[in-house]
Amino acid sequence: MMNYFPDEVLEHVFDFVTSHRDRNAVSLVCKLWYRVERYSRQRVFIGNCYAISPERLIARFPGVKSLTLKGKPHFADFNLVPQDWGGYVQPWIEALARSRIGLEELRLKRMVVSDESLDVLSRSFTNFKSLVLVSCEGFTTDGLAAIAANCRFLRELDLQENEIEEKKNHWLGCFPDSCTSLVSLNFACLKEINLAALERLVARNPNLKSLKLNRAVPLEALQRILMRAPQLVDLGTGSFVLDRDSDDSETYRKLRTTILKCRSIRNLSGFLEVAPHCLPAIYPICVNLTYLNLSYAAGIHGSELIKLIRLCGKLQRLWILDCIGDKGLEIVASTCKDLQELRVFPSDPFGAGHDAVTETGLVAISSGCPKLNSLLYFCQQMTNAALIAVAKNCPNFIRFRLCILDPTKPDPVTMQPLDEGFGAIVQSSKRLRRLSLSGLLTDRVFLYIGMYAEQLEMLSIAFAGESDKGMLYVLNGCKKLRKLEIRDSPFGDMALLRDVGKYETMRSLWMSSCDVTLGGCKTLAKKMPRLNVEIINENDQMEFAPEDSQKVEKMYLYRTLVGPRKDAPEFVWTLV
Amino acid sequence: MSPENRNYLPESDVIGLNLKETELTLGMPGETRVTTDTGVKFGTKRGFSETIDLNLGRSNVKCHDKVCDDELENDVLGGATKSLTAKAQLVGWPPVRASRKNVMKSCKFIKVAVDGAPYLRKVDLEMYNSYQQLLSALEDMFSCLTIRNYLSEKKLMDPANGVEYVATYEDRDGDWMLVGDVPWKMFVESCKRVRLMKSSEAIGLAPRTPQKCSSTA
Repeated sequence: MMNYFPDEVLEHVFDFVTSHRDRNAVSLVCKLWYRVERYSRQRVFIGNCYAISPERLIARFPGVKSLTLKGKPHFADFNLVPQDWGGYVQPWIEALARSRIGLEELRLKRMVVSDESLDVLSRSFTNFKSLVLVSCEGFTTDGLAAIAANCRFLRELDLQENEIEEKKNHWLGCFPDSCTSLVSLNFACLKEINLAALERLVARNPNLKSLKLNRAVPLEALQRILMRAPQLVDLGTGSFVLDRDSDDSETYRKLRTTILKCRSIRNLSGFLEVAPHCLPAIYPICVNLTYLNLSYAAGIHGSELIKLIRLCGKLQRLWILDCIGDKGLEIVASTCKDLQELRVFPSDPFGAGHDAVTETGLVAISSGCPKLNSLLYFCQQMTNAALIAVAKNCPNFIRFRLCILDPTKPDPVTMQPLDEGFGAIVQSSKRLRRLSLSGLLTDRVFLYIGMYAEQLEMLSIAFAGESDKGMLYVLNGCKKLRKLEIRDSPFGDMALLRDVGKYETMRSLWMSSCDVTLGGCKTLAKKMPRLNVEIINENDQMEFAPEDSQKVEKMYLYRTLVGPRKDAPEFVWTLV
Repeated sequence: MSPENRNYLPESDVIGLNLKETELTLGMPGETRVTTDTGVKFGTKRGFSETIDLNLGRSNVKCHDKVCDDELENDVLGGATKSLTAKAQLVGWPPVRASRKNVMKSCKFIKVAVDGAPYLRKVDLEMYNSYQQLLSALEDMFSCLTIRNYLSEKKLMDPANGVEYVATYEDRDGDWMLVGDVPWKMFVESCKRVRLMKSSEAIGLAPRTPQKCSSTA
């Protein structure tokens, strides 16, 4: 029936189909739909930059305006991937520039970006509006200067947790006076900033809704900035410290008055440096907050956090340090009834602080916040009973990531592994998409995961399991699995090779410090030409004609349509 | 020492020796041994122990050769006990991004002022484990001073002119306290800055009674 409609009508209908997955599904219906869809596609998401080439992207989607690219594997965040592994954005930007694509938005995660790339980017796309860089590296503030100077209609510059070399230039001053279109600016990951340029920039950008400052912006400057931008919805403070000298009480009073005017702030973060006695200045806006991120605020103690939280009745997302303690989490549970997402980060890697959280805090949260659907919880210990209670109280988890600081710790009450606890979670949360395990775990937990976690897309395993069976339960059972990352677990060739076709249904598999051998990886690579099976070879382990029986320290495999990558460094071997 | 190669003695073994109790297993100090129904022992994971990045002054050898495995495991077991108490580092664990690790490291840089000195210095309190270490560092920094332990008070002296200094600090509440009263860790948490005050000016502070000083190394 739809075949009798002109393409424009189909296109109009497809406009309402926005999610990547839905559009991918649409494109598979028939050739006509494939054709109409590809010409009208504006937003493209590429989860692994090595799965496809820029040329093929451009050929298929000539109308692309927004591109998201991801590079390094997730475990690169934790220093498990060596420097120079790859993930370069340069070839993408060059290809896009050559092709005259009207790129407006570029979002990169875990990629290597150079100043040259940023320069080319800034000059090649007249309508470029939005640059979002997350956990990237390889560039300096010179690159930022190019973006500031050349992107005339820039709306968004969002730098999240990147490693940026800071030069003496004042890149912020490179925004021309005519730049008045900024909506979002985040430079929290930088160490320095030109304050005068910042204040002028804020003053001439009345549409600014999201502003995240860095440590170098003192409280006095924050006050002046907020005076100019009371319309902010999203604020990341810089340094939130005032000495207790009498001079500064004037500043503090001014700050309080100014903050009272910022009635639109819903998201609050930053506090990269904070003096607790300054916190009351934000009390008046706490009642409006839906997102609060205090996970970098090392200077605030449990009792002060609690005072603050009591005022935040509308919170939906809370990111906090574990010094809030179990008691503090009980207060969260009784105050934040709309809480959907909670992240509790460790303030001490060995949990030696007496304030760290345990299963008690988590149970309290689950009991008070039934809407909880996303959890990241670093804790001292966990029990099966607690996890079972949490599973019962909160059946809506989409993301559940538990990190017990001692990674093989059993249930301290029963001394049993945590299989039953995690089993309860996967059984009750039918929409679970992401899961990270920790604690003492046998193959049994994987049996449960394979049986119940039907929607699971990403699974992170560390120091868990007893045999190949564990991994097999997961590979067989989790039909929607896309990303599997495993470290320090006794899974070997038998599990790896049982169902080689499975990996083409997934984005990637990472295995490090497991029992897979070079021979096993070679076999897999031979059988599956559309996988890149990469061995990361550090420590000259395999320098001299390595034996097939040798265990592989780090293996990363991913499906790809473009064969082995040409930019792999010496220490990465792509097996064929 | 993989589970498959072990010969398990059944619990009902009547010899009377509880051989299970004395069996060597790998595990964290203080961890009790657990068996499942299948008889598999926990704490025998090769992976975990071998990834401990031991800062014991020897290179980080990771090899999968069988012989090396055993040696490494024995070494690691012995080393693990020591180094885990001394904050051993698992590579990439806990899984926290580098930008957050800086929060956790909590380098506690504080300013140190000495009465009469033209400029201040900064020290990272996290670098020291005791008051003695801190004072030694200050002694080095302000090279005109030497430590003088008088009645276990924390004092420094400039031998050139006999001027005595008393170490004081401003705590989180903004109060000036005498260095040395509280346990070291508590001091590190609450100290905002240090001032070496001339003893003659410190008369306002209550005289110290020679009670036991709780500042342990």
